[in-house]
Amino acid sequence: MTPDVTTAAAGTASLVQSVDWVAIAPPLIAAAVALVVLLADLFLPPARKPLLGWITIAGLVAALAALVPLRTGSRSTFCLTANPDACSYTADQFAFVIQALVLGGALLTALLSMKDTEEKLPAGEFWFLLLSSAAGAALLPAARDLATLVVALEVASLPAFALVGLKRGDRLSSEAALKFFLSSVTATAVMLLGVSFVYAATGTLHLTEIATRLADVPGQLGTVAETGVVLTLVGFAFKTAAAPFHFWVPDTYVGAPLPVAAYLSVVGKAVGFSGLILVTVIAFPAYADVWGPALAVLAALTMTIGNAAAVRQAASRAHSAVRLLAWSSVGQAGYLLVPIAAAAYSGDDKVGATVAYALMYAVVNLGAFAVAALVARGKPLNRLTDYRGLYAERPLAALALAFFLLCLAGLPPGIIGLFAKVTVFSAAVDAGLGWLAVVMAVNVVVALYYYLRWTAILFRSPESADEPSEAAGEPSGTAGTAGTAGTSEIPEIPEIPVRPVRSRVPAPLAVAIALTAIAGVVLSGLPQLALHFASVTLF
Amino acid sequence: MQFLLAFIVVVPLIGAVAALLPAPPGLRGRSPDQAVLRHGVTVTGVILVAAIVLALGFDRGHPSKMQATTDIQWIPALNIHLHLGIDGISLPLLVLTALLTFLCALYSYFKMPSGPGPKAFVALLLVLESGTLATFAVLDLVLFFLAFEMVLIPMYFLIARWGGAERTAAAWKFILYTLLGSVVMLLGLLLIGLKAGTFDMVALATDNGRGLTTSVQVIAVLAIGIGLAVKTPMFPLHSWLPDAHTAAPTVGSVLLAGVLLKMGTYGFVRIVLPIAPHGMHTFAPYLAAFAVAGIIYGSLACLALAKQGNKGDLKRLIAYSSVGHMGFVLLGIASMTPTGVNGALFANIAHGLITGLLFFLVGALKDRYGTADLDTLAGATGAALYGRAPRLGGLLAFAAVASLGLPGLAGFWGEMLAMFGAFDPAAGLSRPAFLTFVAIAALGTLLTAAYLLVVVRRVCMGGKPSEGPQLADIQGYEFAAWSPLVALTVLAGLWPAVLLGLTDPAVQKLLAGGKS
Repeated sequence: MTPDVTTAAAGTASLVQSVDWVAIAPPLIAAAVALVVLLADLFLPPARKPLLGWITIAGLVAALAALVPLRTGSRSTFCLTANPDACSYTADQFAFVIQALVLGGALLTALLSMKDTEEKLPAGEFWFLLLSSAAGAALLPAARDLATLVVALEVASLPAFALVGLKRGDRLSSEAALKFFLSSVTATAVMLLGVSFVYAATGTLHLTEIATRLADVPGQLGTVAETGVVLTLVGFAFKTAAAPFHFWVPDTYVGAPLPVAAYLSVVGKAVGFSGLILVTVIAFPAYADVWGPALAVLAALTMTIGNAAAVRQAASRAHSAVRLLAWSSVGQAGYLLVPIAAAAYSGDDKVGATVAYALMYAVVNLGAFAVAALVARGKPLNRLTDYRGLYAERPLAALALAFFLLCLAGLPPGIIGLFAKVTVFSAAVDAGLGWLAVVMAVNVVVALYYYLRWTAILFRSPESADEPSEAAGEPSGTAGTAGTAGTSEIPEIPEIPVRPVRSRVPAPLAVAIALTAIAGVVLSGLPQLALHFASVTLF
Repeated sequence: MQFLLAFIVVVPLIGAVAALLPAPPGLRGRSPDQAVLRHGVTVTGVILVAAIVLALGFDRGHPSKMQATTDIQWIPALNIHLHLGIDGISLPLLVLTALLTFLCALYSYFKMPSGPGPKAFVALLLVLESGTLATFAVLDLVLFFLAFEMVLIPMYFLIARWGGAERTAAAWKFILYTLLGSVVMLLGLLLIGLKAGTFDMVALATDNGRGLTTSVQVIAVLAIGIGLAVKTPMFPLHSWLPDAHTAAPTVGSVLLAGVLLKMGTYGFVRIVLPIAPHGMHTFAPYLAAFAVAGIIYGSLACLALAKQGNKGDLKRLIAYSSVGHMGFVLLGIASMTPTGVNGALFANIAHGLITGLLFFLVGALKDRYGTADLDTLAGATGAALYGRAPRLGGLLAFAAVASLGLPGLAGFWGEMLAMFGAFDPAAGLSRPAFLTFVAIAALGTLLTAAYLLVVVRRVCMGGKPSEGPQLADIQGYEFAAWSPLVALTVLAGLWPAVLLGLTDPAVQKLLAGGKS
């Protein structure tokens, strides 16, 4: 967590640095609150444990508030005293957006988990781990040297392993944690090897310095530098769950507590992608001819594999809803990779499209997980078939989920989803990656099928009410008279008195769904809010 | 003026939201149901009045000029504008949409289709209206796509919730077909927008394809054409239409045939013809071939359905006849001549009026008999509508002869002009091929006449059964909903210049682009 580990031993000048506390406030607050929660957990009686959750939420809100002064300027700190241009921590536009995304994502995850921590999960550990991971995730986009980057990445992912395995006594949960742990540790090992190769070839860890020195590596070190670049990227490909390193995703999401799966799918991905953007665009532009085609192929593979698997998902299988979201997140990761690959081909910064897409994806995917968490309260198996008739039962939640799914699919009224896809698409076309644009288009069409199928399930009449409503379809004119108030589905409720009484929605969950839905609708009305980042330079 | 156009597009959406909220005091009416249905009639009525005012304020001296334009930057990152405007091509379609939706709302006020409550029904109807009106009013490719998609969801629910037998499957087929088509269309639109650097339809039409290479145009026309052809529907891509029509409630069928199908052909005229003329040139003969195949196929299918013992559903029959009629529209467009395109636009409006009326009538028949199955209706000799409900029978016969293109009624001019345009296609298109198409299309008009007359004979004539339930003749509300369509059919038939005077200058300008 301490970025100053990398402060180079810089010869003659004063070794004392002035720290810009405002710039590092967001990750720092998250980390500090994590420690507060850990300590408070020791002293709070079990009945007061919910307080920890509220402390966490307050801490995350404070961290988000600390971002406000950073929204415009570009401030750097932990710079080399000898070379003030080489800094370890830079709070620029890119860092601002991604920090807002991960802290917001963590906040929504916290809202989703409020109920679970009261019932199933150990509260103190959960909140501590969540905040630690969020602190690492917030540090990462601002990290500008490889060591800080790796440390931030590990701070973000190590607590995540524990979070996945936190459902005590659940076989699936520990299996998921183990799978996640093994694949992630492999990735880290590979990445560290790559980082050390790059360091060997260039003699520096600062990204901007690496960029200049990689351009003229001495001939005999060329192979080392190239291997280092490739291995570092392989490590990040693991973290972003790009194919062929995606296999841990569905099992991990299913095994993990649902809010943690939501956290992994949004914050975990954002961490991987921001790291990937930092190393490719800032540190390795000299090797764009190596990573550009590689990332383009990875993007095509990832979206194709993710969508193909999602299409094949059987609706009646246990946990098929989360599985579908898991595979869809793999597919979405493919779209997120496209602009990064495009950045290798054209001079302009294309990665803004990834940032814009990630913003849309974060809001919408968290929303979908929030509704899934709501449904899972009544139907723990969380099959796709359990969503049948959700509109009759909870019209607002069903409408919200339909909106989120259409955003993910990129169809109106999910306008922001459509335009985010258009931005990514145009990045590919502008960079001359026509074939990738075509692959993406085919994938978007394939993905329509499963998103629409799920959306249609929401609005079908509940199973037990199907026969009577079919019979009432005759032109008798009586069926239309009962719909007096509320939803149009009122006539079907009295016919199924055996239906379990609809339980109240926990307030934090409702807030999470409402927040994501409002954010999605606002973004759909004013897509420029997100797409703005696609047209400005972020670094 | 510009405020009026924005008003027309936005108010139905606000009305849709208002329909879902509880009625304010003073507007509660006899019951919540009645109040919300009345709300639908009011909103669509206001929109119709606004559309008529817009038409009256329209500068008829310059119908080729975009009027009532609004142009606001919406998404600078993608250079997308909220650009609205109407010219002689879109104005008639706009008024037709407002009229048909109002008539549907009026009809539903008295005859709500069976299904869940009317709240959602009215809201969906208004969203549908907003989407269709927006399709005809927007001048930005991306907005066009958004508006085009916006109608799918309400139509899906109208079929799936208020439809008849097989409604779920029919609605799913409808949405799958049109969605896949429009995604392909979106790719074509994006290709044009990204290659030309703008999504603005007016700028692109003025360019007349000069900013786009021929290969880009060919790919774009193929992609956009597939999307529009599904919606139109063109012959091999039409199979969603009969199912959707058969399952849809009466007002759903009326709007589907009367307005939604027009969005496809409008897209051909507004986007494909002026923006990518070279690409269109490549595909015009194929489009014409599919169009005449559709004409023949639609007529033969109708003949088969009309035959005794085939258990033909009247709604399905009219759906197939739509495939045939839209074939004439496509043939006119494929000729790429001003005559042909004018004919296509005229046939568009005529089809909206006449088929809308036909679906209303068949819906009324279905309500009275409980079935639209022709064999059950006709029995051994015929349904004898002339004897049992003379006004209904007479109106059905009127709509049928209008549909078969009797001179003096609206159906005649469009098809005549479309074939006339194809008789002498644009320079560079193969004349012999088009002559063949015209000959086949002419055969199609004969077949059309044949099946419609068979329908009239089997439904309207026959021996009057002595016993059996008394059939109600045309009710007051039915008369109110149908008479505007009848009057306009006669008016457009007797005085075609009222429409052609609007469309012709605009078409000339579209085909010539910036050259004129």
